[in-house]
Amino acid sequence: MPHKDKKMIEINNLNKKFQKNEVLKNLSIKIEKGESAVIIGRSGTGKSVLLKCLLGLLKPDNGKIKIGDKYIYGKNYQYIGNKEVKIGMLFQGGALFDSLNIWKNISFSALQNKVSEKECKKIAIETLEKVGLNPNVADLYPSELSGGMQKRVSLGRAIFSEPDIIFFDEPTTGLDPITADVINKLILEKVNDLGATALTITHDMSSARTIASKVYMLHEGNIIWGDSVDEMEKTKNEYILQFVNGQSKGPIKIQNN
Amino acid sequence: MKFFINVGSSIINFLEETGRFFIFTLKTLKSIISKWYLKNIFQQMISIGYLSLPVVALTSFFTGGALAIQIYYGGNQFNSEVIVSSIVALGITRELGPVLGGIVVAGRVSAAIAAEIGTMKVTEQIDALRTLSTDPYEYLVFPRVVAGIVVLPILVGFADVIGIMGGWFVGVQSLDFNGSVYLQNTEIFLESNDIISGLIKASVFGFIITMMGCYHGFFSQGGAQGVGRSTMNAVVSSSILILGSNYIMTNLLFAS
Repeated sequence: MPHKDKKMIEINNLNKKFQKNEVLKNLSIKIEKGESAVIIGRSGTGKSVLLKCLLGLLKPDNGKIKIGDKYIYGKNYQYIGNKEVKIGMLFQGGALFDSLNIWKNISFSALQNKVSEKECKKIAIETLEKVGLNPNVADLYPSELSGGMQKRVSLGRAIFSEPDIIFFDEPTTGLDPITADVINKLILEKVNDLGATALTITHDMSSARTIASKVYMLHEGNIIWGDSVDEMEKTKNEYILQFVNGQSKGPIKIQNN
Repeated sequence: MKFFINVGSSIINFLEETGRFFIFTLKTLKSIISKWYLKNIFQQMISIGYLSLPVVALTSFFTGGALAIQIYYGGNQFNSEVIVSSIVALGITRELGPVLGGIVVAGRVSAAIAAEIGTMKVTEQIDALRTLSTDPYEYLVFPRVVAGIVVLPILVGFADVIGIMGGWFVGVQSLDFNGSVYLQNTEIFLESNDIISGLIKASVFGFIITMMGCYHGFFSQGGAQGVGRSTMNAVVSSSILILGSNYIMTNLLFAS
């Protein structure tokens, strides 16, 4: 098991803009070790941008991001990451490598580190079982699987290296409600099994209710609310009420997105 | 006023694109001192070289044959057996083999690379590579570029032989040449520099074709339409660069 000393995510005054469009504005958030944080918010509020900044896929304009006990951006916002903290990521569309079969997708990182193919396949099949898939799919290609199965494989790839932090980008998008519930419960189970810190971005409220130990609301590039799921159900915060109940009238203005 | 705005923005776009390509090339070249994915290089060699062989061979064979007919009927038919064989050999090895081979491979390979990497880009597979601690320049771009540089000269070597044989076949079958005299003349007039210069050109074309495919694929945007645009840009830009660089290299290699 990976060591878990003070592993957490800390973001201070993060800014990111695209030309004149300010997406993240002085965003600050602190996610404790072992917490399963879910960030909710409308489409286009900067949820994916935040996740990409955390992964080093997008360079922030300003602000600081600390993962574990290290800042992950150095001089001129060059991504340096924190090699002591293992990170897993489940992409919205799965992002499985369509030129590789399922077991090679799952064990991709180990294959690149010269672990033998036999060993990789064995662990990949064990991982397939962990995410509720039949070992028979190991030799198939991603295009031969359904959307729900692809999400499971993607989850398998994310947990393969037993990460300390797992990011989930809209894990239930494009799935029917029953499959979405299966995926949500699987995510919760695997995050608990690993004792990992999880950060999920979604606008699916049933997903948030299942996965979250704490919910944060992102609006106009900043976190405007953050508390437990129980508090979310009781709150009188107008933004949360409008979003949770899916109402068009309220403080969140409908623009061109 | 609008005219100046358009000119200005075109210049800025051009400089931005040039800078982006320059950085892309540097990041690719940096992979020389990083991890080499030998399996990927080998797979790309098969895909770029072996699978392009039939189309390059056909192009070269027919070009050699057509060239022989043109020289025979276009020129003085006196002593034509010497002239046709020597010009076909020189034309194929110095120019037509590498240039036509390069353009045919550009159409096949550059487009395929741009479509594959472009699809990986828009479906977040390149981001996924990064999150799995794998540099996409080392894993995707560099193996294709190395394979292109190594394999194109081999392909063009085959194209040279097949092109000359195309000329020989037409010469013997249609123009009543003596086959062995034709080949003897080819051997007498052909110098190693003619072949080597063509192979050097082919290596440069291999670099251009794979770099253009990777570059346009890497910066694909906006779904299927974006991937389609990248594919088209990859083929057009690699074809133009092949022709332009061929002119420069011909000057450098033969003008002196």
